[in-house]
Amino acid sequence: MSEEDFQPGGDRFPPTRRSVIEAVRSIDAEERERALEALCTAYWKPIYKYVRWRWNRPANDAQDLTQGFFSELLERELLDKFDSNKSRLRTYLRVCVDSFVINEDKAGRRQKRGGSIPHVALDFAAAEEELGATVIDPAKIASPESLEEFFEKEWVRSLFALAVEDLRTLCEERDRARTFRLFEAYDLDGDERSSYQQLSKDYGISVTDVTNALAWARREFRKIALDRLRELCGGEDEFQREARAAFGWDSK
Amino acid sequence: MRFLSNGALERLRNGAETPDLAGTRYRLLERIARGGMGVVYAAEDESLQRRVALKVVDVPGTDGDLANRLIREARVLAALEHPGIVPVHDVGTLADGRVFYTMKFVGGQRLDDYVGSVASVPDRLRIFLRICDAVAFAHARGVLHRDLKPANIMVELFGEVLVMDWGLAKVLRGEVVNRAPEADPDATVFENPKQPTRAGDVSEISVVTGHGTVMGTPGYMSPEQARGDVDRLDARSDIYSLGALLRFLLTGQPEAAPNSADPRLEKSLAAICAKSTSASPADRYPTVQELAQDVSRYLDGLAVGAHRETVLERAGRFYRRYRFFILLIAAYLAMRVLILLFMHR
Repeated sequence: MSEEDFQPGGDRFPPTRRSVIEAVRSIDAEERERALEALCTAYWKPIYKYVRWRWNRPANDAQDLTQGFFSELLERELLDKFDSNKSRLRTYLRVCVDSFVINEDKAGRRQKRGGSIPHVALDFAAAEEELGATVIDPAKIASPESLEEFFEKEWVRSLFALAVEDLRTLCEERDRARTFRLFEAYDLDGDERSSYQQLSKDYGISVTDVTNALAWARREFRKIALDRLRELCGGEDEFQREARAAFGWDSK
Repeated sequence: MRFLSNGALERLRNGAETPDLAGTRYRLLERIARGGMGVVYAAEDESLQRRVALKVVDVPGTDGDLANRLIREARVLAALEHPGIVPVHDVGTLADGRVFYTMKFVGGQRLDDYVGSVASVPDRLRIFLRICDAVAFAHARGVLHRDLKPANIMVELFGEVLVMDWGLAKVLRGEVVNRAPEADPDATVFENPKQPTRAGDVSEISVVTGHGTVMGTPGYMSPEQARGDVDRLDARSDIYSLGALLRFLLTGQPEAAPNSADPRLEKSLAAICAKSTSASPADRYPTVQELAQDVSRYLDGLAVGAHRETVLERAGRFYRRYRFFILLIAAYLAMRVLILLFMHR
């Protein structure tokens, strides 16, 4: 048997998505815009929540600051200065947000922005609702570690939520709507009482079918999430580290 | 876009990590451990109805680097058939594309947990000799382990000693020599032999840099390995780790005490440890067999090559070795003297 027999097929990252860091430096304006859109889609919510929590800003202020930050990211070409050998993109963006908020405060300026940021629908009302549902220990002192932890968790939440939406689309395309409903019922909304047996009764299918459907959905979710993550990293090393962080493989 | 609760995040993480064993003959039982490359699970081989350990990569790489490393590790293990090296059973790809291999499920305890139950120095040395046997065998096949440490040694219920985790192994020849090693102890000859000119707080985690230049575990890693001098590593790098392991077995610490004379060790054993862990590879034992022979000589009460004895030490060793006969002769002579005294009265 040759080594090729064991070449991982599904799990090797197909080079379909280019890193946003590479793309944002592209001379092709369309590619740059697509990259910024991808970045904004994945990061706007964690950044908004972070500004609300870390900087204790009211919702209106946080909305302006979030939009202002992405405008600044474009105007000052901050992503060009990012070096994936020195830090993670996630950490770099968080530090940039901190500097941006401090500078805005110093300059005493706060203006409605949004015209020049990529075309991403920022549903602040939903973000606000999510923030209300997020359990934050008020007694927790805002140490650098807890800030990083908060930002990381919200970033993972955003990444996974996008991957779930992609999975929903994939299921619709492949006529597997029931598979997505099972995935939703067990993996997204389930609790300790959820069981494959219960799902098989609810959906009138065998337990084996439930098992197979969930295995397929998880496999696809994993692929999609890693695919999206790859796009948001500057290089292979950063991807490996971020994948371990996002999936909790470092802490287990 | 729907909101994902913390519980949902956790379930998604677990679901993404758990290997999909559909289409294989294995059934997942439980997660055992995480290594540098992936996760090890206990699984049941449903065909043979036995428990196996299943190791699977976690993060995929664009170039399949981790997957290739896992396959390589499995092949290295497959070529090292020895009672002291965990045997590999199977290698393959899961439905989700991840590469896995299965190996013997090893129960028992890790050496660092087990060593507390072994009170006597000779018993600890006998365990060490069994580790040396396995490592010498691997060297004879042209394989360096590069991560020898107590956490990678398992002692099973009946005292079998197994060297585990060959994920950092380096094949010195182009490929592992897949034949019986020659009886000649000089069989530890590598194709391209090179001649290169903190106690109590040793990380259990192998250090792997982003570029893979430094791999090993602080405290057990040779200086040349810690420098990332990968091309210059040879058997003596593992001998350094074995020396640190020996010191751990005898003192509980892999590194020497700060002062030159280690009060926790007998001079001969301290000398063996010191020689094995010399900063310069040229000052170490050239082969594992020679290190093992010195330890065996100590066990037999003979002089060890690593330590030049004073006359007093030699006499002391002679006494310890032949204590029974010396005491017997002394008792006999004492009796003779008493009888003579009694007869002359």
